Amino acid sequence: MTNRLAPLALGVLLAAGPAAADLVFPDLSYRTGPFAAGGVPFSDGYQDYFTLVNERDGGIGGVKARVPECETAYNTEKGVECYEATKGDGALIYQPLSTGITYQLIPKVEADHIPLHTMGYGRTSAANGKVFEWVFNYPANYWDGASVVIKYLMDENGGSLEGKKITLLYHNSAYGKEPIPTLEALSKKHGFRLTLIPVDSPGQEQKSQWLQIRRERPDVVVMWGWGVMNQVAIQEAANIGFPMDHFIGNWWAGAEHDVASAGMAADGYKALNMNRVVDYPVFADIRTHVVEKGLAAGDGSNVGSVLYTRGMYAAMLAVEAAKTAQEMTGTAQIDAAMMREGMEHLEMTAARMEALGMPGIGPEFTVSCADHGGSGMAIVQQWNAGDKEWVPLTDFIAPDAEVIAPLIEADSTAFAAENGITPRCD
Amino acid sequence: MFYREAGDFKTSYRDDSQTFPIGFDRYRYYAVLVLAFAVVPFVIDDYWASAIFVPFLIYAIAAIGLNILVGYCGQLSLGTGGFMAVGAYACYKLMTAFPDLNIVFCILGGGLVTAAVGVLFGLPSLRIKGFYLAVATLAAQFFLVWLFNKVPWFYNYSASGQISAPARSVFGQPVTGAGVEAWAQYMICLVFAVVLAWAARNLTRGTVGRSWMAIRDMDIAAEIIGVNPLRAKLTAFAVSSFYIGIAGALFFAVYLGAVEVGEAFGIQKSFLILFMIIIGGLGSIFGSFAGAAFLVLLPVLLKNVLVGSLGWPTDLTAHVQLMILGALIIGFLIAEPHGLAQLWRVGKEKLRLWPFPH
Repeated sequence: MTNRLAPLALGVLLAAGPAAADLVFPDLSYRTGPFAAGGVPFSDGYQDYFTLVNERDGGIGGVKARVPECETAYNTEKGVECYEATKGDGALIYQPLSTGITYQLIPKVEADHIPLHTMGYGRTSAANGKVFEWVFNYPANYWDGASVVIKYLMDENGGSLEGKKITLLYHNSAYGKEPIPTLEALSKKHGFRLTLIPVDSPGQEQKSQWLQIRRERPDVVVMWGWGVMNQVAIQEAANIGFPMDHFIGNWWAGAEHDVASAGMAADGYKALNMNRVVDYPVFADIRTHVVEKGLAAGDGSNVGSVLYTRGMYAAMLAVEAAKTAQEMTGTAQIDAAMMREGMEHLEMTAARMEALGMPGIGPEFTVSCADHGGSGMAIVQQWNAGDKEWVPLTDFIAPDAEVIAPLIEADSTAFAAENGITPRCD
Repeated sequence: MFYREAGDFKTSYRDDSQTFPIGFDRYRYYAVLVLAFAVVPFVIDDYWASAIFVPFLIYAIAAIGLNILVGYCGQLSLGTGGFMAVGAYACYKLMTAFPDLNIVFCILGGGLVTAAVGVLFGLPSLRIKGFYLAVATLAAQFFLVWLFNKVPWFYNYSASGQISAPARSVFGQPVTGAGVEAWAQYMICLVFAVVLAWAARNLTRGTVGRSWMAIRDMDIAAEIIGVNPLRAKLTAFAVSSFYIGIAGALFFAVYLGAVEVGEAFGIQKSFLILFMIIIGGLGSIFGSFAGAAFLVLLPVLLKNVLVGSLGWPTDLTAHVQLMILGALIIGFLIAEPHGLAQLWRVGKEKLRLWPFPH
């Protein structure tokens, strides 16, 4: 935690704090602002898992993990401030949970040599490890998500989407625009008609968008939303009587708080998920070792929710990468460069997930020098408003690599050319 | 006592009308410049540059720009965020279209394009004023942000709609992109801020500035004594937009490196910069700096004290910070409606007499 500015009041500039002996995993969270509904459970899950590892296992390879928190409010300027404030502490990895902040941090982490993990968000073409040495986005990225939705819809419609009308309702920002190229490519391939409807941030005002949807009567509405936008969209869909089972959110538009406010009207709403949500044995451990000891990041009420689980999953992947790095280097006191090596050699197997008390939480995948993107698989889940729970409809669906790989190649090559990066791993 | 005028004789009009007529003030100003140019670059680190000095200098430029329009010429504007976006996107288009063009010219080009756009949106000021003009400039804000989001040409058809600054250097030293050193980032902003502040100070006390102030104080009277309102208002819009455009270009290229127009240049930015000049002091160059410092540094300071030193939870701090800042703004404006600059002027007057007040 920085207190370098406190002396400003005295007009004295002190040196940075003492060298830390812990493994530092800064948490750039947001618990305020229009996106807090998603930021709070994610951050709780992220922090609680590190606390669990400290309390139950005595740390990672015997070294305690420390998680300094910094509030970004989903704002890029504050995100940069938080990054600069925490990086001197020996930060091993950053997970900002914001596509906007990710774009700011990509050039900075490349220069500072600190790995950046943007799980299912951020810059999609960072999956190409040949160009983005310090950025990872396993287990899945936006283009995978877009492809999985279309694959699922193909299955639903007997293998063809010919002549169907699909509307993408998206947050009018870098985040929401990411799936557009993939969906356009897929619409050419499969012959469906794609319409794009943007919603300006933060997204409380969507009346005109839903009037347009009512007029156009699309077969399916796909939503790329986050924060307050999701709740409003689901309520508006209910208001115009749009069939909920033809409304599919991406994995950032499929948590309990998104559907809860619409009550029974949200019954049948579908969403992607990159991790399964089940009552894993690890939650019992978290309740005993973290929540009951009063060490939880929040009030403990989020344990087991969709985004809490994803935050915990993100922390687990970081811990596993740190362990991999410790095994590879033979030292428990790893630094950011070793952490990167650990992430690049990460292997998530079913056996490992089971041993950690979260069997089948995500797909099996391996990371390599060239591939920082993981398997890209996701499931489709459906909201059961009666029981207030998400029901998985499918097993993990693989994305259409045939469409995505060339897009990633093209975008990352352009980035490499713009920034004078020579691809590695050859 | 602190501001001794005894022995500080002025023997020419030139001496008498200088910016800092009191010797102590003048030397303090030189000392600040020496500190800024010769000391800070050697001690600055990434945190101080990215979190404090660079945003402070860039916001100060934007505040000077808005202050020229609102404080000196009396034309209320809420389009600052939109004009900053014009500067940023113009700079981006120049940087990517002419890779060999020096970044300094790209930034100046961003300013010039913004000046042109500013004049365009300033045209209604000839017919309307006050709140009506504020609404017209508010339209500019929303239109410009919408435009940059809507038309892919502006962001070079990138998948995400973000613009990212490619690496560019000045005298072989990178100032944008990944390999930027803290001091280089700081120096380019400092040079722009000092040169622009100096230019603004001299503009505002010359013919142009006096015609702006005449329009501000009473436009009909100004017209009767021979000030051309068309020229005065449009030059104010042009110069103001030029400054704001440069601030936008620096904000994008040097400070953040990548921006998303709705997030970085939304209506919030317009309000923030308007608050800066209201708190700093309308019609004062020093006030622009003071206001920018107040609104950039105070939240960071509060965050570091409350979270860093006292260990408060981050969400509680974020809310308390808003309340403290709001209370301070209200407090300041009740105690001194003319802002920090006036507070400073009054303080100086008191110190000139101290310890023997009348």
